[in-house]
Amino acid sequence: MATFDIDFGSAQKSPVVGIDLGTTNSLVAVLDPAGHPEVIPGPDGGRLLPSVVSIAEDGSVLVGYPAQDALLTHPERTVYSAKRLMGRGSEEIQDELKLLPFRLAETSDSVIRLQLGDRTFTPPQVGAEVLRELKRRAEAHLGVEITQAVITVPAYFNDAQRQATKDAGRIAGLEVLRLVNEPTAASLAYGLDKRKEGVIAVYDFGGGTFDVSILRLQDGIFEVLATNGDTHLGGDDIDDLLIRIALEDIASEWGESIARNQEAVQLLRRAVIRAKEELSFVPQTVINLEYQGRRYQRELTRQLFDQLITPTVERTLGSCRQCIKDAGVAVEDIAEVVLVGGSTRIPLVRQAVRNLFRAEPHTELNPDEVVALGAAVQAAILSGDVQDTLLLDVTPLSLGIETMGGVVSRLVHRNSTIPASAHEVFTTAVDGQKNVLIHVLQGERELVKDCRSLARFDLKDINPMPAGAARIEVRFLIDANGILNVTARDQRTNQETSVDVKPSYGLTDEQVEHMILESYEKAEDDFKARQVREARVEADAILLAVEKARQNDAWFELTNEERTHVDLAVNRLLTVYHGDDHSVINDHIHHLNAATMKLAENMMNTAVSGVLRGTKV
Amino acid sequence: MTGTPALPADYYAVFGLERRLVLDEAALQKTFYQLSRQFHPDRFAGRPPAEQTHALDFTALLNDGYRVLRDPVRRTEYLLKLEGFDIGEQRSNNVPPELLEEVFELNMMLESAPDRDELEPARTKFLGMQAEADREIAALGRQFDAGGGRDTLSSLRGVLNRRRYIQNLVRDVEKALA
Repeated sequence: MATFDIDFGSAQKSPVVGIDLGTTNSLVAVLDPAGHPEVIPGPDGGRLLPSVVSIAEDGSVLVGYPAQDALLTHPERTVYSAKRLMGRGSEEIQDELKLLPFRLAETSDSVIRLQLGDRTFTPPQVGAEVLRELKRRAEAHLGVEITQAVITVPAYFNDAQRQATKDAGRIAGLEVLRLVNEPTAASLAYGLDKRKEGVIAVYDFGGGTFDVSILRLQDGIFEVLATNGDTHLGGDDIDDLLIRIALEDIASEWGESIARNQEAVQLLRRAVIRAKEELSFVPQTVINLEYQGRRYQRELTRQLFDQLITPTVERTLGSCRQCIKDAGVAVEDIAEVVLVGGSTRIPLVRQAVRNLFRAEPHTELNPDEVVALGAAVQAAILSGDVQDTLLLDVTPLSLGIETMGGVVSRLVHRNSTIPASAHEVFTTAVDGQKNVLIHVLQGERELVKDCRSLARFDLKDINPMPAGAARIEVRFLIDANGILNVTARDQRTNQETSVDVKPSYGLTDEQVEHMILESYEKAEDDFKARQVREARVEADAILLAVEKARQNDAWFELTNEERTHVDLAVNRLLTVYHGDDHSVINDHIHHLNAATMKLAENMMNTAVSGVLRGTKV
Repeated sequence: MTGTPALPADYYAVFGLERRLVLDEAALQKTFYQLSRQFHPDRFAGRPPAEQTHALDFTALLNDGYRVLRDPVRRTEYLLKLEGFDIGEQRSNNVPPELLEEVFELNMMLESAPDRDELEPARTKFLGMQAEADREIAALGRQFDAGGGRDTLSSLRGVLNRRRYIQNLVRDVEKALA
């Protein structure tokens, strides 16, 4: 019986996989036995999994290409570019939502919930669906259960965005051993084979985010000197520029706007992406849209395209200049530049990078795959399979706390190597005060209102004392994932003090737990459905075999009673066949098997090829 | 904490160094890389939680220490603090007396909406003063290492205060330039 079965009980060590959870596409990679990172293909042979999730009418979840197709037929039930919503509040994304087809559900808290059909999803849950698909891919390919992963994030992701990504992993049933910054991962993929020394830059311009990192490579240590970027700057923005222009054209040509017609807009999105991609290879192309018998065509030259995207490219260069300055290196110290992300295929982008860094950019590795390959290397470092390489990364944003007058007091500066920590002593302002509230922020600006609120920490259960007498030492620790941990200690008693964390954006631990449970329930449903399907497949096989055997001499050698017995067993199996309990189906398969034992023996004896052989349960 | 070694008491102890002000920065980097290889959390991913926590705590201390010790000014500030000198942030109202005139002139200029031609020379001047303070700090550092004791540290505190103030002036000018 050809049923899909993975031997989870085997003693083989389960590998840690590397996952690039991208805005546009996601990939999973692993180190092969020879020590080379390889991308794991999907069942269709493709290596990229479009980061698109769609909820079908029957409530089942589609991920990847099927979901991408659903974007045309059911745009309101389909999410793409969900990474741009990770760790953000609903008031922050209003601009973005204008161009996305899906709706927000009625939100009661700071977490975004997307309404897809009759179900709601937070961005981490959408990410979890993509991760789950990649997990399945890796399990099918490697034949072992995958439970641990390294997931990459844009270097410029803030604490909430990182936490959201980690939550997505947990919901998908993956222990996230490490979040690695995408440009750093790319440098690992490049630097592993060649024992390189010196300073390199990684320019990572993807579907939704831009990062630049400058690293020093020495003796297998990859030390990030500085990083900069923009988590809302990518190929999507270029697509939006083109879409806006085309929408205006269409409105005047057709005499009506299609801006509110999601199906038409998604078709247009496909058309402009195709045109954009073609312009990387030819000097001019045509944006071509056919919709309900009407046609829109617009010639687009590379010259005009370059002109349109120049401000976007210029923004990336601004980040690069700041990064070079922060790294404390001169441009001529940078020996090499590595290009990452699909948007680096654009000739103008390559030219701009070449001019700024005065170095020919590296493109030997596929810019779509290099991050996943690097994640696989980091996964192998964590599992101990790679010993001589070590990554020292930095925190992209400064961390501070709110002080009097709405001013931010900086505790950890951006580009500090992580793990990094800061200690601060707090006291009470009023006699008998039992709580102290600490507001933590991320960002480079002076005022609280210009930084991003990260969380509020409540130091609780302070012994009542005169004002100013309490001394609570708080340690702010940014771990190797770039995520903040806070612990507090009463200096007088040397006791740990409880800290109550209220994240400003993102899910509480309880919410994540709830989503994990929910996904287990769903997984249980899915598992049950699969068992039923498998039982039916098995039933089909044996029923077919019995029907065939009826033509065989062996059938006529049976007694009437034996034949009735078989008929009865067949009928019983047919009766339970459409039920949803796999064990009942299996029971009747078993009975039919027993009833046809004599038949099988007869057939063997008559030296006819045993049709029934191999149909054992 | 049971089962894992206690954390070093200070940054010098992390690097196994004596409390000196002149450090070989290349050697410091080498030690930093070596200790990172040994204690980075990446090396402890599959280990028991207590070991993982120790690796995290030690590496945070190592990284914090490297940031401070590799920078001559921050290193000096840190050593002063270890030796019990108060180097709290200077508030704007206690301007070091030798800088009073400079501060006054700069404030006058900044109020008059200055152009680049006025700001650039001011910036050059302040950067020169900052470099001068750095040289003094280096000289006093050598003096301390040679046995200069608390008198030297006391002088260093004065120079550091001045330098911090000059740094603020540079920042103000650069803000006006931007």
